[in-house]
Amino acid sequence: MNFIAIKMLMGNRAKYLGIIVGLTFASLLITQQAAIFLGLMTRTFGFLTDTGLPDIWVMDPKVQYIDDLKPLKETESLRVRSVEGVEWAVPLYKGLLKARLPNGTFQACNVVGLDDETLIGGPPKMLEGRLANLRSSDAVIVDVVGANSKLARTLPDGRRIPMRIGDTMELNDHRAVVVGICQVQRTFQSQPVIYTTFSRATVFAPRERKLMSFVLVKAKPGQDIHALCQRIRRTTGLAAYTRDEFKALTIRYYMKYTGIPINFGTTVILGFIVGVAIAGQTFYNFTLDNIRYFGTLKAMGASDFMLLRMILLQAATVGAIGYGLGVGIASALGLLTGSTELSFRLPWQLLLFSAVAVMLICAGSAVLSMWKVMRLEPAIVFKN
Amino acid sequence: MDSVNSIAVLCKGLTKSYGSGNNQVHALCGVDLEVRTGELMMLVGPSGCGKTTLISVIAGVLERDGGECLVFGYDFKQMNPQEKTRYRGKNIGFVFQMFNLIPALTATENVAVPLIINGVKRREALDKAREILCRVGLSDRTHAVPAELSGGQQQRVAIARAMLHDPKLIVCDEPTSALDHETGHKVMELLREVAVGIGRAFIVVTHDARIFKFADRIAKMDDGHIISIENMRTDLSSNTKC
Repeated sequence: MNFIAIKMLMGNRAKYLGIIVGLTFASLLITQQAAIFLGLMTRTFGFLTDTGLPDIWVMDPKVQYIDDLKPLKETESLRVRSVEGVEWAVPLYKGLLKARLPNGTFQACNVVGLDDETLIGGPPKMLEGRLANLRSSDAVIVDVVGANSKLARTLPDGRRIPMRIGDTMELNDHRAVVVGICQVQRTFQSQPVIYTTFSRATVFAPRERKLMSFVLVKAKPGQDIHALCQRIRRTTGLAAYTRDEFKALTIRYYMKYTGIPINFGTTVILGFIVGVAIAGQTFYNFTLDNIRYFGTLKAMGASDFMLLRMILLQAATVGAIGYGLGVGIASALGLLTGSTELSFRLPWQLLLFSAVAVMLICAGSAVLSMWKVMRLEPAIVFKN
Repeated sequence: MDSVNSIAVLCKGLTKSYGSGNNQVHALCGVDLEVRTGELMMLVGPSGCGKTTLISVIAGVLERDGGECLVFGYDFKQMNPQEKTRYRGKNIGFVFQMFNLIPALTATENVAVPLIINGVKRREALDKAREILCRVGLSDRTHAVPAELSGGQQQRVAIARAMLHDPKLIVCDEPTSALDHETGHKVMELLREVAVGIGRAFIVVTHDARIFKFADRIAKMDDGHIISIENMRTDLSSNTKC
């Protein structure tokens, strides 16, 4: 009966295409919007992903997310260092400073100040120059996206010249010389990222009594990280999180205090509704159109089970095709926009999520159709 | 039970109503009917007299309210829905007024459907379907879909479909009413030639007086009753009025 089911499905071209288009659109909307949402959420903790060496991040207890900077006294790093189980603890500066470019324009940049001795917390990948070059006078390292876009020089003819090693800029009236180009994860704010040493960053930054943003901590081998976090909290009164905890804290903040989840969630729900409305209804109409033939099959001896299997097969077929097309288009869009500002992240869990959503749409439509066929009196075949 | 001129269908005091209360319509009011193997019985009468209801009950696609109806000794009322469906699939063939061929399937595939329902392998079913299409004169139209066939050709496909699994009883609802006179005549000739046979009973519901000559017996119905049964062949014993 399977081939009959498939031929019946594909025989009605208009309805078949209508169902496929509906499911494709639903799958595309659900997958693409959720992928952009995940991409955005990933960007919120991009800096944490880049800074992989420390086990624990120590900060002011009031900090709610990675960019919520509540500076600490530099001596706090010494207190943290004295906690039992800490292998090392180094200061980190993170702040938004204005860079004055050679053409006189200003650009807000994320300035990261690394521990002068160890340079711990540096960029994950150097494209040009070396991290150690930061030890030279006035040295900074800029990220490649920033160097090519917001920090690039614009010539009178409109051409943009990317910032290169040896170029200079001013950070809060202090000269800075580019000694390296690095690659970092894009952050939520999409500002250029500038790495320098901690002491230089505190010179660049406006004068404040407290300038240290975080203390990065490495646990001694064999230490229970969570127990160490507890110990640091107890001893110093500061907040201490593992990297994953800090990521979760950041995501929670964005989920709770920004409209992002609602905006994207609405679109994902819309995608689901579109799927139900277009594909579900068209599928049900397709069954109604074929009710006479289902009745004929029933009269000729097809059991309810056979007919239900036919409908399930039809639903599964359109579901698989629609899902495949939708996810395929979403992936292609993701690939095409990979080098742009658009955030896009498509993990297997999201593919599974959208498969489940499409399956629910198909199952819903199939259940309605099956209910109709189950209740069908075979005597309908004699009614004209 | 399948011997020549043994009883294929036996109805006694058959009743069936639709609706309830003031809206109740009595479609069958105590119908007595006997159809024998090897005969073509026509049910005739005005619209709404209960012809279609009667063949629906006989074919097991509609539940009766009262009375008795045995098809080759089996009573559908004693069967559960699965048994009823299985019995229909194996023993009853259908020919419909509007053919009811599945539009997306070719003539061969449409004909093969009853065998596929009965669990025969697709390839085998299609081979047999092609053979029977040759018998009904459609060997050159096996790959055509219903939309590419004329009304007469479609009805021939439907007849082939009704016969393929060699059912003991074939019920036809107005098989010629959607066809012109000549085509209807040819279809009835075909039915008599290939379908009516020893051990098989044939019930045709029709309005079309031009095809009465193909019947062995004609049962006239009116208002839910069989008012007379006319014997059209001398070799069959007559049935009295009910």
